[in-house]
Amino acid sequence: MTQTSNVQQLVKAVLHGEKRAIAKTISIIENNEPQAQKITSLIYPKTGRAHIVGITGPPGAGKSTLIEKLVKELRNRGKTVGIVAVDPTSPFSGGAFLGDRVRMQDLSTDTGVYIRSMATRNHPGGLAKATKDAARVLDASGKDVVIVETVGAGQSEVEVVKVAQTILVVLAPGLGDDIQAIKAGQMEIGDIFVVNKSDRENANKAVGDVQAMLEMASEKKGWKPLVIKTSALTGEGIAELLERIDEHAKYLKTGPIDERRKERIESELLEALTQKITESIVSELKQKEQWNKITQEILSRETDPYSAADKLLAKQLKTTRKR
Amino acid sequence: MSMKERKIRVLIAKPGLDSHDRGAKIVARALRDAGMEVIYTGLRQTPEQIVETALQEDVDVIGLSILSGAHNTLFPRTMQLLKKKGLTDVVVFAGGIIPEEDVPALKKIGIKEVFGPGTPTSTLVGFVKNSVSRTR
Repeated sequence: MTQTSNVQQLVKAVLHGEKRAIAKTISIIENNEPQAQKITSLIYPKTGRAHIVGITGPPGAGKSTLIEKLVKELRNRGKTVGIVAVDPTSPFSGGAFLGDRVRMQDLSTDTGVYIRSMATRNHPGGLAKATKDAARVLDASGKDVVIVETVGAGQSEVEVVKVAQTILVVLAPGLGDDIQAIKAGQMEIGDIFVVNKSDRENANKAVGDVQAMLEMASEKKGWKPLVIKTSALTGEGIAELLERIDEHAKYLKTGPIDERRKERIESELLEALTQKITESIVSELKQKEQWNKITQEILSRETDPYSAADKLLAKQLKTTRKR
Repeated sequence: MSMKERKIRVLIAKPGLDSHDRGAKIVARALRDAGMEVIYTGLRQTPEQIVETALQEDVDVIGLSILSGAHNTLFPRTMQLLKKKGLTDVVVFAGGIIPEEDVPALKKIGIKEVFGPGTPTSTLVGFVKNSVSRTR
């Protein structure tokens, strides 16, 4: 009983915006502790108020610096902000260097800003599973805007779509071949393309290249992705960028049923279902002596892994039906 | 989901006006290579910034790196703020240029250990791992 009331107290504190509670809750979810699912189930109904913005793009484009400028402007406009900054986990050591805060130092004592650094912990697509839930916690805690900054590794940024409502793809001129910098996956998911470091001389060319790419891309219904020039250093384009983000937020609210949101939900439901099925069925199967018997049969080439899987599953489902 | 070992989260902070962070970054990398998640603040942090960051990031350990000699002013303030914010279970260690004779006083205010220049990174890694397993 105490466990439940502890969880309820924790969630209550989160809904009040208490920082320590937010911090602890994100940790519990990130570490998949026993109370994690209960917490998520209590928090989920309280989400949906914040505007979630995903920011992706190649390393060196200036995402963190841009975010700092954006957030300062949002703060000027009286908005509260949550930021989830994701960096890659080393596949070798399992550790991570989370350095996004270095570019956002001015924000660390602003009481209207909450920053959480997260490691991908080898979730494919460069976006930690817990990032979704961390963004939700920040949403439920009352933040007006939640920014999710992802590793700019390239192709697999499509994962970002699963979290954010508005997606920014940030590029910088001269980062190798500009056209190459816009991989297929990113082209499809960007709502707003940002060419940062606009003070550089090849900035206009980069903008032109992106515009050309956008025109070549398949016809998008509704929102037409656009490209903006910014300089996180001088502040150029920041106000305009915020206007566009606002426009996109309005479009999502007043436009036709958000297809992307439905896809997001279905994809997450599928993920959750798959995980639970795998957990329950596989763990049961592994415990039976059948498992060893069939493994032996594969080893001696009497059967192959796929036929063996069919056999195991058929037996398992028959057993389940008998119950 | 398999019960993996919980990741240790460490904050490496640079209080004061140091102009370089080579040492801090070496420590950060060593801890990362040992499987930890290391949050680095960047240069010129105030105690307020450090404590707020530790709170939001829910870290297990804080490493304070200082070269300027201002540790006797900045460390006590940092420890006070940590206490005020309820972060008493966070383990704090320090490194950089800190004279031997200042160490006892620092330990008295709650700095668990002070590591001088030349400390092998393996010692640091061992210390952090041990400190955390004790508090969980």
